[in-house]
Amino acid sequence: MDNRPREIVVISGKGGTGKTSISASLAYLSKDCIVADCDVDAADLYLLLRPISIEKHDFYSGHIAEINQDKCTGCGTCKALCRFDAIKENNNSKFSVEPASCEGCKVCVEFCPENAIDFPERLCGEWMRSETRVGFMVHAKLGIAAENSGKLVALIRGETKKLAQEKGKNLIIIDGPPGVGCPVIASVTGATDVLVVTEPTLSGIHDLERVLSLANHFRIKPLVCINKFDINPEMSEKIESVAKDLDAKVIGKIRYDKLVTKAQIEAKTIVEADIPSSQDIIDMWERLKSN
Amino acid sequence: MTVAVASGKGGTGKTTIATNLAMVAAERYGHVTLLDCDVEEPNSHIFIKGQKTKEEVVNIKIPEVDESICTECGACSNFCQYNAIVSLKGRPVVFKEMCHSCGGCSLVCQPKAIHEVDHRIGLINFYSAGKISLIYGLLDVGSPLSPPLIGAVKRHENKNALNIIDAPPGTSCPVIEAIKDADFIILVTEPTPFGLNDLVLAVEVSRKLNKKFAVAINRVGSGDDRVHKYCKEENIPIILEIPDDRRIAELYSNGYTIFENLPEYRKSFEEALISVDGVIQNG
Repeated sequence: MDNRPREIVVISGKGGTGKTSISASLAYLSKDCIVADCDVDAADLYLLLRPISIEKHDFYSGHIAEINQDKCTGCGTCKALCRFDAIKENNNSKFSVEPASCEGCKVCVEFCPENAIDFPERLCGEWMRSETRVGFMVHAKLGIAAENSGKLVALIRGETKKLAQEKGKNLIIIDGPPGVGCPVIASVTGATDVLVVTEPTLSGIHDLERVLSLANHFRIKPLVCINKFDINPEMSEKIESVAKDLDAKVIGKIRYDKLVTKAQIEAKTIVEADIPSSQDIIDMWERLKSN
Repeated sequence: MTVAVASGKGGTGKTTIATNLAMVAAERYGHVTLLDCDVEEPNSHIFIKGQKTKEEVVNIKIPEVDESICTECGACSNFCQYNAIVSLKGRPVVFKEMCHSCGGCSLVCQPKAIHEVDHRIGLINFYSAGKISLIYGLLDVGSPLSPPLIGAVKRHENKNALNIIDAPPGTSCPVIEAIKDADFIILVTEPTPFGLNDLVLAVEVSRKLNKKFAVAINRVGSGDDRVHKYCKEENIPIILEIPDDRRIAELYSNGYTIFENLPEYRKSFEEALISVDGVIQNG
């Protein structure tokens, strides 16, 4: 029997469609979940949930090349072999590594004839276990210009599952990243439910089609929520037909509500702020629960 | 020269600003190249309507093992930092989606059993729209690695004229790849707590890369003044402000530009372009 917790991952394809506001509201409504922020590039969920961290851990991922200037003879082997354009020649005709471009492949380290290149572990950020008014939360802060947000996403999901098991919770709500690349793939693989938040714009539809085909690619049956559905009812209808064609179910429609920004400024979830769109989210939550 | 339009947070209006600036630039300079580097979810082509002139498949190099030569020594799988080549019962197996195309495995293979083959990750589309050349990358769905495709799009920069880059959202590898060679970065945000939080991250990235940058604030009036205050405290110029105007949202939702439909906003885009130009020319 499958007794793993239910894991609802909220993603969007296009950014800025309302993932975080909706995830926070669902977490609030559930009253009994573990919530996680997997949009590690631009983690905003903490602004609404105001977590108090109980534990902090460094996040190391991969390695980074560092050229020891005393040993470097300036032969240029590293630069010739690097495929990421991460090696720069200095004024003293020695070489150094551009950290933002280095992908930690180790080729330069291996082939430096002087063994002049160190390869320390790379500190990419930190992750936290925290307490919030809606329950426990796992979240992270990716270092500036750091790599490997996909790995950090995988780590957060793993830690969230551990915490759910420890606390005996059977629901996890995850605020996911935008796009269709590495962090999104790391967010959705193996999730029980994927909720795609979209908006009725041509860009929204374009991005929805791509993210739904991603879900199909990974054999996930996604759910769709149309945020601000009433700003362009015609587009909203198109979204419904796109969703149907791509085997996704529209589970919620949320009205445009200027007060959402006000709630955000007050650091409240939409449902706590009790504004017109709250009801739409409550309705969606009821359907989600029984889905 | 190259101007990148970026933001920490998604959905703040990067594409709106990149496409409208491209239209202003086309009028002012006679020609502009718009490079859509948001290859996971490119949208510029929805607004810049032109004729497709060609497309180009983008491949990365991934290893292929010749089993008749392989001695199953395990050097390749030991070396790979990405677990993209793994020894299963001694035999190397390639997981192509994990491969970063560093070439390391073929270099460390003593019997020379590994050669590299093309693996498709996406497409570049070329459009001509009057004075605008639009070049956009489209990552294949299911392919995780966008930076190599972003790099491939950027190789089509026009060295002799203005380029505008529509960057992906975030603060990690794809953004760095898109903006690291730009002469100037416009950071787009909105006047909200989320907008400010993600702007601060984007500013830190720009500073770390030693870039000149300024801020554009979209939907002014929808939130509060925290972004304005922050820019003032940090001495960051605000070169463009777009008000929270329902007409703009409606145009956007239907795939139309502000430039072509709301002439009263042209001046602010022109002024933004002139101030970017001034900073690039005069340092």
